[in-house]
Amino acid sequence: MFESLSEKLDSIFKKLKSRGLLKEEDVDVALKEIRLALLEADVNFRVVKDFIQHVRDRAVGKEVLESLSPGQQVVKIVYEKLCELLGATNTKIQLSPNPPTVIMMVGLHGSGKTTTSAKLARLFKKEGRKPMLVAADLQRPAAIDQLSYLGKQIDIPVFYSKEIKDPVILCESALKQARLEGRDIVIFDTAGRLHIAEDLMDELSRIKAKVNPKEILLVADAMTGQDAVNMSKSFNEKIGIDGIILTKMDGDARGGAALSIRSVTGKPIKFIGTGEKIDMLEPFYPDRIANRILCMGDVLTLIEQAQQSFDQKEAEKLHKRIIEESFSFEDLRDHLKKIRSMGPLENILGMIPGMNKAIKDIKVDEKEFVKIEAIINSMTPEERNNYNIINGSRRRRISIGSGTTVTDVNRLIKQYLEMKKMMKMFKGSGKKGFRLPRFGF
Amino acid sequence: MGLFDKLKAGLAKTRKNFVERVESILLNKVVDDSTIEEIEEVLITSDIGAKASTEIINSLRQKVRAGSIKSAEEVNSFLKTEMTGLLGKLQPLVTFGERPFVILTVGVNGVGKTTTIGKLASRFISEGNSVILAAADTFRAAAIEQLQIWANRTGADLIKHQSGSDPAAVAFDAVEAAKARGVDVVIIDTAGRLHTKSSLMEELKKITRVIKKSIPDAPQEILLVVDATTGQNAIRQAMIFSEAVGITGIALTKLDGTAKGGIIFAIKKEIGIPVRLIGIGEGIDDLKDFNPEDFVKALFE
Repeated sequence: MFESLSEKLDSIFKKLKSRGLLKEEDVDVALKEIRLALLEADVNFRVVKDFIQHVRDRAVGKEVLESLSPGQQVVKIVYEKLCELLGATNTKIQLSPNPPTVIMMVGLHGSGKTTTSAKLARLFKKEGRKPMLVAADLQRPAAIDQLSYLGKQIDIPVFYSKEIKDPVILCESALKQARLEGRDIVIFDTAGRLHIAEDLMDELSRIKAKVNPKEILLVADAMTGQDAVNMSKSFNEKIGIDGIILTKMDGDARGGAALSIRSVTGKPIKFIGTGEKIDMLEPFYPDRIANRILCMGDVLTLIEQAQQSFDQKEAEKLHKRIIEESFSFEDLRDHLKKIRSMGPLENILGMIPGMNKAIKDIKVDEKEFVKIEAIINSMTPEERNNYNIINGSRRRRISIGSGTTVTDVNRLIKQYLEMKKMMKMFKGSGKKGFRLPRFGF
Repeated sequence: MGLFDKLKAGLAKTRKNFVERVESILLNKVVDDSTIEEIEEVLITSDIGAKASTEIINSLRQKVRAGSIKSAEEVNSFLKTEMTGLLGKLQPLVTFGERPFVILTVGVNGVGKTTTIGKLASRFISEGNSVILAAADTFRAAAIEQLQIWANRTGADLIKHQSGSDPAAVAFDAVEAAKARGVDVVIIDTAGRLHTKSSLMEELKKITRVIKKSIPDAPQEILLVVDATTGQNAIRQAMIFSEAVGITGIALTKLDGTAKGGIIFAIKKEIGIPVRLIGIGEGIDDLKDFNPEDFVKALFE
């Protein structure tokens, strides 16, 4: 549905052969498209307006890099500015010098507060702390049940009461209980609000006054549209927030709300929720969101990300192994791991020019990776380094060990051999720098 | 309070943002290109979407250039007509054919499916229908309990299995039970799912397949519940859910917030699915038939 921004810009700039400094007209043509892209990504209109102005100021008169077209140059500036505005990766949650540290989760109906509260508690538990969850959402039917169920799942105590009807009183007793039990983190899951409901905002303020939270985290749905601005502004002005958690990032929303919320509140985005499962809470990386907002099929980014994931030495090592034709299953496994660490595969493929269109209809199944990894893990070190010894009975053993079928194992070996063949061809080209081999799936 | 007034009150925030901004743009101004651009921006900030906005604006621009629109009132009435036109005719949720009438509700997480079902059940019961609710959201913690509360509140029957069981089996049992008991309406709750999760979309397909084993024409209505605060992603949701199970109508929830719900224009325009119901408050009777004319009128008056 969305044509890649750089594709669009490339076609606009095709006529322009000019090099040297970016001209005002060039920039304006590009910015018109970028404005539309940002609006389509749900970045708030006012935020877009400011943003475009900033970029314009920065871009006009800038030298176009040798290797880039004027359009790509503008995109690069936009991308850098976006990352800058989205802030740094910052997942630190301030801890109180006198435990317990009180964290209050706030947000609209259905943004994912309850699930996120549990996810956060789990992270703290993993760090060796003793969190407690508080079911302070007395409004939504069954919210208490939901939190206590999640609490059981991760083995973290949940404070709730079906008798206390006043959430402020409930929160006070919860805090007392936490002190009594020596809990060092208390997470309050408050009721969902439509922020126009003044009385409910008032309830949050009263809870805040009583429990004195160290951090108030706003939980926001990544699919939110233009209203993200009003919503986050209200919460920030009336309650005051310290950070943001963006949920439902596993969908395909382009997440322009991230930029809107960040611009309006100036508060850091700390985590993103990437799935329904309890362990799916990840640190926020501005570059990934910037990519997503721009829907950029931009090879620049691919290169940048590739450089981050593969450090130069390792790349050289791998290159050497390719030249020596000793690229083993073990190398393949490491290689795949690194690629996966760069983000969802669809996004990565999307960064390869021209690929964005091609993969629109292809569903890249991340499970395929898991399968491949499992198969390689089920091989002996010997097998990994010498595929020749993997005979029929070994293949059967590997398939049983990895929970796959012999056909899967055969397919992987075939793909591996094809890759090796391709690598031989690379070897001849002798190009400088490291190139990503293509995979056969 | 009459229905229209209630709608107006529910949309007060929407109205305030939208109409007042259009009016302030038009105040003491000749209608020129920059005015038109500003109106475009108002449309976009209402989540109406770039495509639908552009279309409205282009035709406004033509009319202004041709001189057939000059004043602020003319712009106002033009927008009203265009926007009503985009939404099409009133297409409310009506039951038809043999009983039971089966409604399957689907949508992404957190849009208000269960609440919408509760309100729908209350409405059908007050109209003299018997209702079975099917707790086919067997995934989310406490979803069954939440539906149980609604069943108790409205007097509907509830068919449920254990948490974690097969949702298609729950749906099948509910439809079978409705047939056996001569119940009028079955409303099936499903787990919220992001449309990007192909395995979960397959699960939905399975639910509809299994329902058809009991009643070949069911579910007669497949309702996609959409949160009014959602941005352009709602179009993707409508598209992909539609591809999977064939959406017949949309329920737009949370319209009592500051969100303008302009996304329904984009959905109607790009996918052509009618909006059947809108949620304009937290009360049990705050689920209303969507009337495009009233909706646009309430925006402008």
